[in-house]
Amino acid sequence: MSKKAAEINEQIPWQDLTTGCEIYEPGTSRLTKTGEWRSRTPVWVEDKCKQCVLCAPFCPDASIPVKDGKRADFDYDHCKGCGICIKACPFDAIQWKEEEV
Amino acid sequence: MAYNLKNEMNKEERFHSGHRLCAGCGAGIVCRAMMRAVDPEDKAVICNATGCLEVSSFQYPYTAWEDSYIHTAFENASATASGVESAYKVMQRKGKIDPNTKFKILAIGGDGGTYDIGFQSLSGALERGHDFTYFCYDNNAYMNTGTQRSSATPRFANATTTPSGIESVGKKQTQKDLTQIVVAHGSPYVAQTTLFGNMKDFHEKAHRAIYTEGATFVNVLTPCPRGWQYPAENLIEICKAAIDTCVWPLYEVVEGEYRLTYEPKKKLPVEEFMSKQGRFKHCFAKGNEWTLEAAQEYVDKKWEELLAKCK
Amino acid sequence: MSIRERLSGNEAIATAMRQINPDVFAMFPITPSTEIPQYFAQYVADGKVDTEFICVESEHSSLSACLGAEAAGCRAVTATSSAGLSYMNEVLYVAGSSRLPVVLAVACRALTGPININHDYSDSMAERDSGFIQIYGENNQEVYDNYLMAHRIAEHPSVRLPLMVCEDGFITSHAIENIEIEEDDKVKAFVGEYQPENYLLKKENPLAVGPYGVSGYYMEARVAQAQAMINAKQVILDVAADFEKTFGRKYGFFEEYRMEDAEIAMVIMGSSAGTAKAAVDQLRKNGVKAGLVKIRVFRPFPGEELAKAIAHCKAVAVMDKSEGFSACGGPLFAETSGAIINLDQRPKMIDIVFGLGGRDFTVAAALSVYDRLAKIADGGEVGAVYTHMGQREK
Repeated sequence: MSKKAAEINEQIPWQDLTTGCEIYEPGTSRLTKTGEWRSRTPVWVEDKCKQCVLCAPFCPDASIPVKDGKRADFDYDHCKGCGICIKACPFDAIQWKEEEV
Repeated sequence: MAYNLKNEMNKEERFHSGHRLCAGCGAGIVCRAMMRAVDPEDKAVICNATGCLEVSSFQYPYTAWEDSYIHTAFENASATASGVESAYKVMQRKGKIDPNTKFKILAIGGDGGTYDIGFQSLSGALERGHDFTYFCYDNNAYMNTGTQRSSATPRFANATTTPSGIESVGKKQTQKDLTQIVVAHGSPYVAQTTLFGNMKDFHEKAHRAIYTEGATFVNVLTPCPRGWQYPAENLIEICKAAIDTCVWPLYEVVEGEYRLTYEPKKKLPVEEFMSKQGRFKHCFAKGNEWTLEAAQEYVDKKWEELLAKCK
Repeated sequence: MSIRERLSGNEAIATAMRQINPDVFAMFPITPSTEIPQYFAQYVADGKVDTEFICVESEHSSLSACLGAEAAGCRAVTATSSAGLSYMNEVLYVAGSSRLPVVLAVACRALTGPININHDYSDSMAERDSGFIQIYGENNQEVYDNYLMAHRIAEHPSVRLPLMVCEDGFITSHAIENIEIEEDDKVKAFVGEYQPENYLLKKENPLAVGPYGVSGYYMEARVAQAQAMINAKQVILDVAADFEKTFGRKYGFFEEYRMEDAEIAMVIMGSSAGTAKAAVDQLRKNGVKAGLVKIRVFRPFPGEELAKAIAHCKAVAVMDKSEGFSACGGPLFAETSGAIINLDQRPKMIDIVFGLGGRDFTVAAALSVYDRLAKIADGGEVGAVYTHMGQREK
């Protein structure tokens, strides 16, 4: 009965829903690509980045991946383009994508 | 262990992307930080009150949570947490679960689910002293239903049920000081924090709350770009203004002992906080100067009271 | 061997709870159910159970705490009455939709107003569509037995629904009767352990409970829940069959009393059935073909089975011990009428609302109902379909 979220969609019959609409696995929200909501796009300017990672905790959408103390490029599948990271960066290493400004 | 942002950010994410909170929502930042404050080797059960966070973080079949999660209703996150915590105790006692796996019981709600409709169940759970931590993401109004005033809404704020107009300068009453009310319950650890700097203040308070035995409470001022009417990217400067004006003082109360955790070098006038947000726009109109004076007077009075407690 | 004990309904329920030793009991007092947690608190104090017993600040919280505990992997119980049940209303629905098999003992009592502490079914009937299974007892023995069966029905994988064990406030809850109590180990063996597949405190995988369900899922979720209530019918019968095999007492959806050749009958619930049975016996002595059906399981409602049981009658009175303010009859009448609607030959039916707020129901009153039914059966006018009985009037 432990059905996976990826198998659940608005086309399946009622018999195939999980009991009580429970979910038995972690973080299935990642299947939703909220990057589609974005109207403006922050861009990481790697040259200017000092890897202070001050931007990372302020992303409401966990879209600034950090590994071994260093950030990587944005997860644009999920970044909603709020721009908090742009203001969090003391080094101007995150900027709005020019054509959208 | 001293706080190190890089170490914190190296941790596996426990509040995932793909949730449906608005772009720039402070609650997303709160949840990620709250979950980083649970040690990686420990598991958690999150009990969530109905609200923005609930409808956005668990929309069937998509949960943003790495850990177990339960939502039952709006006003009962603390009661639900009481049941989970009781279950944890009895299952340990009866040997029904692995004694080597620790679970931390967390409850989280907005100011509606905490200050207002959830106040009774919060008070009950605090009094009973269940071993859990309640996080309030206080965004100063009922945001999920469209910015209606709550008892956490500050005086003069424009909410959809306290709109400004010819006969109105926004909400008439000052906000309920819930943090002090929780202190009065005798909770072993109570703190106020918000989102700024390298998140050290938040993390240390959250971690201490979660790892203090008993019913503990963390009240987080959490900006809402839509309800507070500011450009989403300005979140950090608004939080900073809240603490530098002393609109939202940072402090903790450990076993009844008050400790100020941040004192602004120069206490800024409340305008610095209010002018950044559309919800206070009418306060800056000609003829309404008195509202700024009254807001300042209130903040000064509360700040002096707090300083006296911290001495 | 069963043990003969003199117990009130409340103590019988508390005894069943002690024998089952639930994991969590979240309590809030209200008359007349208060004694149940009081007895239980003493069992905790005396070390007779190792339940986590929590005294919460309201009924809304007692049921909410039960949901948290149940989802966490525990057997969770509580008890309430009247306004307490109404205050739980919102959470009752969540228990049903989240498919959390909490067992709730209800000492049924009138709802305000005026405020009244005595028995009728205003409280439980108001929650008949909450998604709880509802099982009613006529006397202390039945209430005890129903409680022993409750967890197995509620927790069955094809059901997973919350369940109310209903007793009549004061009449059953406080009156002391001689009943058969089963031995502790036999009860434990009959009820078994609660072993959910997924639970919040499972270390292997997390569990997420209670999502926001958009229109693309809500209808399907409700149909699944409705199917669980249909599934509960067979499980109720299966558990009753095992109960009879184990303890020797037989139960079904309802009890048919002298119904084989009955021409006139009552459909009635709870302790009032005892009074009505005395009237039936008296009538039978005089050659009147009277009978009654006592509904035990109200949710799921055994409509088809009830229709079969009363189809051959000429006239039936449905006895509603709650007022639905529908202006056309109480809830039991609505269900019973619905049950017989497609019968080719069906009895004439009347609804009588009686016994509200503890108003006495006597053998004489029951006889007067049968008297009216006999006249209808003889071809007389049905008259007013929906009437009240036992009130003073001009």
